[in-house]
Amino acid sequence: MSETAATGTTGTGTSGTEEDTVEPVLPMVKAEQVHKSFGHTEVLKGIDLEVAAQEVFCLVGPSGSGKSTFLRCINHLEKINAGRLYVDGRLVGYRQKGDRLYELREREVAEQRKDIGMVFQRFNLFPHMTALQNVMEAPVQVKGESKAVARERAERLLERVGLADRMRNYPAQLSGGQQQRVAIARALAMEPKLMLFDEPTSALDPELVGEVLDVMRGLAEDGMTMIVVTHEMGFAREVGDSIVFMDDGVVVESGNPRDVLTNPQHERTQAFLSKVL
Amino acid sequence: MNEAPDTPGEPQEADRASAAAGRDAQVGETRLTKTDTLRTEETATADLPPAAIKAIPVRHWGRWIGAALVLAALAAIGLAFVNGDIAWAVVGERLTDGTFFWPAWETLKISVYAMLIGVVLGTLLAVMRLSSNPVLSAVSYAYIWFFRGTPVIVQLLLWFNLSAVFTYVDLGPIYRNEMNDVMTPFVAALLALGLNEAAYMAEISRAGIQSVDHGQTEAAHALGMSGSKTMRRIVLPQAMRVIIPPTGNEYINMLKTSSLAFAIGYGELFYVAKNVGTTDYSVMEMYLVVSVWYLGLTTIFNVGQYYLERHYSKGANRSLPPTPLQRIRGQLTAFRTPSKVGGTTV
Ligand SMILES: Nc1ncnc2c1ncn2[C@@H]1O[C@H](COP(=O)(O)OP(=O)(O)OP(=O)(O)O)[C@@H](O)[C@H]1O
Ligand SMILES: [Mg+2]
Repeated sequence: MSETAATGTTGTGTSGTEEDTVEPVLPMVKAEQVHKSFGHTEVLKGIDLEVAAQEVFCLVGPSGSGKSTFLRCINHLEKINAGRLYVDGRLVGYRQKGDRLYELREREVAEQRKDIGMVFQRFNLFPHMTALQNVMEAPVQVKGESKAVARERAERLLERVGLADRMRNYPAQLSGGQQQRVAIARALAMEPKLMLFDEPTSALDPELVGEVLDVMRGLAEDGMTMIVVTHEMGFAREVGDSIVFMDDGVVVESGNPRDVLTNPQHERTQAFLSKVL
Repeated sequence: MNEAPDTPGEPQEADRASAAAGRDAQVGETRLTKTDTLRTEETATADLPPAAIKAIPVRHWGRWIGAALVLAALAAIGLAFVNGDIAWAVVGERLTDGTFFWPAWETLKISVYAMLIGVVLGTLLAVMRLSSNPVLSAVSYAYIWFFRGTPVIVQLLLWFNLSAVFTYVDLGPIYRNEMNDVMTPFVAALLALGLNEAAYMAEISRAGIQSVDHGQTEAAHALGMSGSKTMRRIVLPQAMRVIIPPTGNEYINMLKTSSLAFAIGYGELFYVAKNVGTTDYSVMEMYLVVSVWYLGLTTIFNVGQYYLERHYSKGANRSLPPTPLQRIRGQLTAFRTPSKVGGTTV
């Protein structure tokens, strides 16, 4: 919503901390040669990309290409092996002094994650809490907000995702689409600057996909910065500002979704799109 | 299946209807020859459900014989006890005169306290065991190895006789006392039973913690929750569902194992039963009396456990399981409703 790094104001406008500011207008996410291996298998082989503030950034590619892994690196659920990853100008998971990197403490990593919402393919709602409690949990436990304030916001968010009448239900009593909408509300309750979506509709029955995409569309309209891993090419084309096609741990092709999806340049992109479209 | 006309007045009409019904045609015809009142027959096939099957059930002779044998054996055992040299009057008297009220209270007290130590320390040990810190993990492993690997009675006596090797409990400037004063039978029993229980509870808690989907931890971390908060708020409450049933089992075990504390002179149920029995020459009688007490305690606990499990199954099912009262009420009404054909009620 209100951007500190709005267009035009050069350089000094942003609250200048000692952090290494990369550019006058900060991208929300910046990846430089990100490498990630599990054991001996290299899953990310040098990812470079930038996601601007308020952008809806779609990530597509075949299964096993490393999309989820990249997304999980952004909030440090996975540690990268080489390269640099910045969110809002801050290095993810490390502190750089000179050319030395220091790992952040658990508390500091948690601090960074507060600003990054994540929505999982399998929802991962807390099953022992009602929808309302799920949404209230992090603001109360992490930010130390009062229950009254957290409840008020949680109710507003659940209303916004169309679940005003479902607040007292446990996740097991909700449909997949409803659960995923609660999960989105839960992430939004921390008032993040950036939202990560990892195939949010892949576990849903086809008729429930629409209700989740509608909520995401609304978020995009409100100016939320979003990185969306998805197989919903219709959504990417309609809502996405840019798209990246990943295969085998590298970015194969990127650009405007309308161009890339209708007129893919690379043959691997063409092959993939011919299968999913 | 067959759309017969509402009121077939004539035989021919009924014939047409059955013919239209195709595969029912033959059935219709045989019926026509058998019955004289066509009208009722037609409506029967059209509207009413088929008559309930009344078949002669298979006779299970084996079951009858088995039951008879078991009952005969039970009767024989019962008779033996009645005719045996047992002063039943003493049993009845001691059961009701309050001799065992305070000992039962002591049993309850030591078992609850020891169990609390077991649960808290056991959970801690489980978390240590699962931690990525190799020292913590190894210490936890060694603890479990030692306390599970030695008999409780030995541990009881070890604690109680600690004064033989340490004359003083000396914590420097904070605390200093003679070991004999500190290590009362109660303290020794509490330590021995509690620390032993912790080893078992550690394994139960570990299984519970590991049963929680890793996605839960990730979701909590992604929201900015710390590791310890994730454990307390997200993982452990869900692990409870797996932890509680075997913990109830452990507690029932504890109620009974606490009787071993008689060996160090702790005045719980069994210790008193033994003393009263030897002084009054009613050893067998007193063992029967405490058996009733133990049964009573475990029975009460079973009911409590049911409600505890019900509490922690919140969210695991679409609806909570019924309380025993609700279930009894349901079964009573089930008696009044006739059993449905093809339904689940019997
Ligand atoms: N924790 C892990 N340990 C070992 N290998 C892993 C781990 N996580 C992912 N991988 C491997 O990394 C590769 C990329 O996985 P990733 O989940 O990022 O793919 P993806 O692009 O999200 O695929 P999908 O579309 O199926 O979700 C896969 O080959 C996977 O087997
Ligand atoms: Mg994935």
